[in-house]
Amino acid sequence: MTQPNSPTVKALKERILPSSVSQVGTITKYELVNYFRSRRFYVLLVIGLIISGLLTGLVGYYRPIGFLDSTLDFYYNWWGMSIPFVIILSGIFYGGDSISGEFQNKTGYFLVGNPLRRSSIYIGKWLAALIASTIMVGIFVAITIGNGIYYFGFNVPYQLWESLGFALLYLVAVLGFTFFFSSLFKSSSMSILVTVILFLFGFMLIEALITGFAQIEPWFVITYGAGIITNVLKDPYPVTQTLRPGGRGETIFAVTIPEGIAILLGYFVITAVLGLILFERKEFT
Amino acid sequence: MSRTSSPSIEAVNLSKRYGSFTALSNLSLKIEGSKCVGFLGPNGAGKTTTLKIFTDMIRASEGKALINGVDVHLNKKQALGSVGALIESPEIYPALTPREALSMIAEIRGLPRAEARKKIEAIVTEVKMNEWLDKKVGKFSKGMKQRINIAAALLSDPEVIMLDEPTTGLDPRGQSEVRDIVKDLKKKNRLVFMSSHLLNEVQEICDEVAMIDHGKLLVYDKLSNVTSRFSGDGSNVVEIELSREIDDQSVNKNIASMGGVSSVERVDPRKIRIHFTGGMQNQESLLQDLAAMKIGMISFRPTASALEDTYLSLIKDTL
Repeated sequence: MTQPNSPTVKALKERILPSSVSQVGTITKYELVNYFRSRRFYVLLVIGLIISGLLTGLVGYYRPIGFLDSTLDFYYNWWGMSIPFVIILSGIFYGGDSISGEFQNKTGYFLVGNPLRRSSIYIGKWLAALIASTIMVGIFVAITIGNGIYYFGFNVPYQLWESLGFALLYLVAVLGFTFFFSSLFKSSSMSILVTVILFLFGFMLIEALITGFAQIEPWFVITYGAGIITNVLKDPYPVTQTLRPGGRGETIFAVTIPEGIAILLGYFVITAVLGLILFERKEFT
Repeated sequence: MSRTSSPSIEAVNLSKRYGSFTALSNLSLKIEGSKCVGFLGPNGAGKTTTLKIFTDMIRASEGKALINGVDVHLNKKQALGSVGALIESPEIYPALTPREALSMIAEIRGLPRAEARKKIEAIVTEVKMNEWLDKKVGKFSKGMKQRINIAAALLSDPEVIMLDEPTTGLDPRGQSEVRDIVKDLKKKNRLVFMSSHLLNEVQEICDEVAMIDHGKLLVYDKLSNVTSRFSGDGSNVVEIELSREIDDQSVNKNIASMGGVSSVERVDPRKIRIHFTGGMQNQESLLQDLAAMKIGMISFRPTASALEDTYLSLIKDTL
């Protein structure tokens, strides 16, 4: 009855599996399909449009001097002050439960039992989150430039493109970080909560306390590194300076571009590696 | 690593511990060839743990899990390349349709696009979900999702199929259809390793049975051998239904005196239960003899009693 070497079985044994790179592409593709059909993509899109709409309306109505003094001031105030928030929201929306959801929602059981490395799943999902977030950033930068052209013509300063590059690097680091926390927890709500607290309050509080009380440069805080996104839109580029009001020295730290790039890259590399190790070792119990 | 010619799965001293709790203890089991093996045990016995180790969902504390001679932990891609698995009841990304979810699996497994398209339509028809092929999974019931999960496990024609309680969540018709699918797989020379709580299901479709309790393998053998060795009186049971009433003489003399029959009981005027010893051969000759009696037999159904007896005699606790 049994014919273990029948042509069908032999053919199965000879079937070649796609490369891990190809499998990463597959995961990315279907994760994006899932994103674009999900409510959260449109919620984030609406939030981005609301932020842009509010800025457009307020600047158009009140014409604040800070915004309309110069082209660079406009982009500093419009883009520089808003994009870190848009990036953090994207990180939370797309990265917050990306890995933990695989455990909590049991979608991981559909994928992990297949012949693909867990790293392919992790990287594929990370790339999908990066692409979806980049679309958000792209929409925001397009609206920003549209308003800039309305007020100042087609004279878009080169610093905006530098800032955009740094913003994308910040996005990479934020997603690395959110994926790390997502790998750390099996509960989606826990990983999202920790990410929200850290990025919306935690890092800024740590930065303020360290600079305010200890007078130490907070080179280990990701939001300090992200300062290059706004700093590059100031002319001249800000430098660290010590003020002495009433004889007491107070240092205002300004991250330099090489420092900022190093901090953001460092955050990305360390959290990506740790997150990947955690996901590789995590068990579907 | 040696590569066997027929499909095989092998647990070599497999153990899994969670702190002080031992979920699996030195499980050694080699299953080879084209067959269906039922994996039985009470809740928490280690069935799902074993299947999860074989599919790299959890890591063994000790020992090896080999599929076709390849260590799952050391070379997952190669080991699982020939495996289709359904572990617990996976959820599918709710925004995807079955066509998309199965296309994802097809792409991961390297099925050419044209072949994948045909196979998806064929397998979805087989699990009776063809009308739902392009609807979002998020709206599906548990049973509908389970059908898609079964389709995903079988999509690439794997030579080894691991199923963890595959009929969970399915209605009786769905359960029957899954049993038919598994029977077909046996005909296609596949190795099916299936955990189940449903003893009649295992008895109906499996050739061999492995029983596990408290993480330890109690027995692994052919179904008929296991039941004859461990059930109370070593007997199997069949129930026959008749189109007309049967008289006492036929029951007490003719049937009771057939070869291997240890006792006969009348359940109702048109249904009798026959206890007999021996394996499949005795069952076959019993069926022939009963048919020759021309007593209006309209069904001949082995019951799970023998396997149930075995199960109950080997496994004392439910947890």
